[in-house]
Amino acid sequence: MGELKQVTLDASESSGFATTKLDALLGWARKWSLFKYPFVTACCGMEFMAVTSPRFDGTARFGAEAPRFSPRQSDLLWVVGTISQRQAPVLKRIYEQMMEPKWVLAFGTCASCGGFYDNYTTVPGIDKIIPCDVYIPGCPPRPEAVIDGLMLLQDKIARGDKTPGIVKPREDPASLVKLRLSKDSGQ
Amino acid sequence: MSERVLAALKQKFAADVLLTHSQFGDDTAVVAPSSWKAVCTFLRSDPEMGFDMFVDLCGVDYPTRDPRVEVVLHLRSMVHGHRVRVKTSVGDEDLDGCEVDSVTSLWPGADWFEREVYDLVGVHFRGHPDLRRILMYPEFEGHPLLKDYPADRTQPLIPYRTEAEAGLPLEKLAPFGRDEGMPFGRGLTKPAALASGHDDHAMKHGDN
Ligand code: SF4
Repeated sequence: MGELKQVTLDASESSGFATTKLDALLGWARKWSLFKYPFVTACCGMEFMAVTSPRFDGTARFGAEAPRFSPRQSDLLWVVGTISQRQAPVLKRIYEQMMEPKWVLAFGTCASCGGFYDNYTTVPGIDKIIPCDVYIPGCPPRPEAVIDGLMLLQDKIARGDKTPGIVKPREDPASLVKLRLSKDSGQ
Repeated sequence: MSERVLAALKQKFAADVLLTHSQFGDDTAVVAPSSWKAVCTFLRSDPEMGFDMFVDLCGVDYPTRDPRVEVVLHLRSMVHGHRVRVKTSVGDEDLDGCEVDSVTSLWPGADWFEREVYDLVGVHFRGHPDLRRILMYPEFEGHPLLKDYPADRTQPLIPYRTEAEAGLPLEKLAPFGRDEGMPFGRGLTKPAALASGHDDHAMKHGDN
């Protein structure tokens, strides 16, 4: 529980107790119990399945596994895939039906900026219609990038930070070792 | 392979068959729009033709041609195993007279295809039972696959958030550049053939 600020444990009491700031405790509780609403519209959905299924186990490990198909019971909106102009009012209404506090995750380049669908039919990024907390680039993003994004969101929730964040590109140290590009290539 | 289809069409419709060609095994007949329904009825009902399978119907805009919109129909006969492509051209520069007979009464499968051609290219199909937009929303103006539809014109159903509402700049941040996926930029998205005369609505919708 490294996130809890100002924790003191009184060793003289046999049961023990802890003190913390209320918002820090709430942030800690919220970041580990994200109920998702998957708004899955396109090919990124395949990668979304990969993230949530056992091989990567990218949501259950972070307390974000349980999906709720009612916006009123969920607090994290996953926007996965291309949003067409025709869907925009639907997405906005779903967002508005969610209870505060709520967060939005743009999964993939299409949800983040429209991607290569730069045309008459696609919304150029969901931030044009609803606020967005974390953008995950990639077409589709690798599950590792999505996990990165989820952890970034958890970090923001714990800090009460509402500014949007973008998952940074990362290199896979393992592949660098294999290609002997890295210093730690074991020579 | 199915040149006898073309021969039969030429024999039956004479001057209404404007052009035929056979390339790469595809036999094509270009017919006059006035005989569109008659040609299709013949292909469907004549036992020698027997085109009982509707494959595809689409529209193509050729802005430099007159008439400018081409309707392309692909048919196949499950009985004789041959296929044919029938084309016709309609509509002048301002899309006046951009209409042709519907073939839904011959092949019910043509229903949604005709709606799509109407939606995206703007061809009206006379006698179609329910000619509405199928992909775009009813509020949409114009026909987006016409070459003079501006490449960056969007018609949002709900207003986009302003920067004041968002409290943040909404211009896309790296790595989401404005021209991502379009390395050739926006200046070239206008067809060269329309570069003169249509400048008035070319670039003013670029606020996405
Ligand atoms: S970002 Fe790529 S994979 Fe994801 S929805 Fe768009 S096109 Fe499909």
